[in-house]
Amino acid sequence: MHELSIAINIVEMAEEEAERLGGKVEAVHLKLGALSGVVKDALFASYEMACEGTQLAGSKLVVEDIPVQVFCSVCRETRTLATIQHFCCPDCATPTSEIVQGKEIQVVALEIGSQ
Amino acid sequence: MTLAPRLVEVRKNVLKANDVVAHALRQRFGDSGVFVVSLVSSPGAGKTAFLEKTLTLLRRNYRVATLVGDLATENDAERLARSQTPVRQIVTGTLCHLEAAMVEKALGDWDLRSLDFLFVENVGNLVCPSSYDLGENLRMVLISVTEGEDKPLKYPTIFNSSDVAVVTKMDLAEAVEFDFATVHRNIQSVRPGMRIMCVSSKTGEGMASYLDFLGATLKEFRESRVATVDRAG
Repeated sequence: MHELSIAINIVEMAEEEAERLGGKVEAVHLKLGALSGVVKDALFASYEMACEGTQLAGSKLVVEDIPVQVFCSVCRETRTLATIQHFCCPDCATPTSEIVQGKEIQVVALEIGSQ
Repeated sequence: MTLAPRLVEVRKNVLKANDVVAHALRQRFGDSGVFVVSLVSSPGAGKTAFLEKTLTLLRRNYRVATLVGDLATENDAERLARSQTPVRQIVTGTLCHLEAAMVEKALGDWDLRSLDFLFVENVGNLVCPSSYDLGENLRMVLISVTEGEDKPLKYPTIFNSSDVAVVTKMDLAEAVEFDFATVHRNIQSVRPGMRIMCVSSKTGEGMASYLDFLGATLKEFRESRVATVDRAG
């Protein structure tokens, strides 16, 4: 269960940004890769805990799921995997380990309200 | 009057702090010429026994040391110390994984030029360690023959983030009707092209070719370093 550490990182990061920007964070938008190793439901629960007693208390976490994309050297194309259990091109079935996206845990935007 | 909240673009990696430390560690390892191998597995897969065997055999020809992460006890460190090689313990408390800063802290000002190999034994856990780069040069995932052949499919992220797989407790393979073909297929499915080695820490089976692999990898690592320095110069 490392989602709590991740949630605390998110809250600290958002607090810093909010201080710089001036205002209260109402929502944090996060990109979460299918290969990030983070369980979304556990992250939601941890986020609420991490927000308690901070200026983010009551804020919302908005998660955008990012599927894994790989580069297929046969098709010469970036392909989206349907599952992280089979790393092969969905079109030509060539196995591939070349990951283009899907590992991210990234805060992409904040919704800032007036204080 | 209530104003609608404004949306401000940020774009910040949540694990950036860890990645920065991991990057600095990797630089330090490269500069010192020490090859760093981390080990991940579920609890009880035989990491400590495998490491004890590795250290005992490897110290004949190489200078080796270990950092070992453990939740609460120092048992692992005591077992590894029997190999008569330097061991430092990282007590992680309730934390279920190692982070780069913990490795950095445990290393302190250790002069790593005195080493060929440094092993980092992560906490037994197939989930959490996958998110954290420790600056290692090679991540090794262990799976024991008693665990069930579908482990790679259940924990694809840790297998995908690792560089090589080691199947442990081969001395028990027959007793538990271990099906290597299935494990092989499952590992290749989540990490195509991954090297898989089979060992028994008890009988020593497979250890010779595993040690050969480590030796060759160290050589390659040092040669590529020299090449990089040459290019830089």
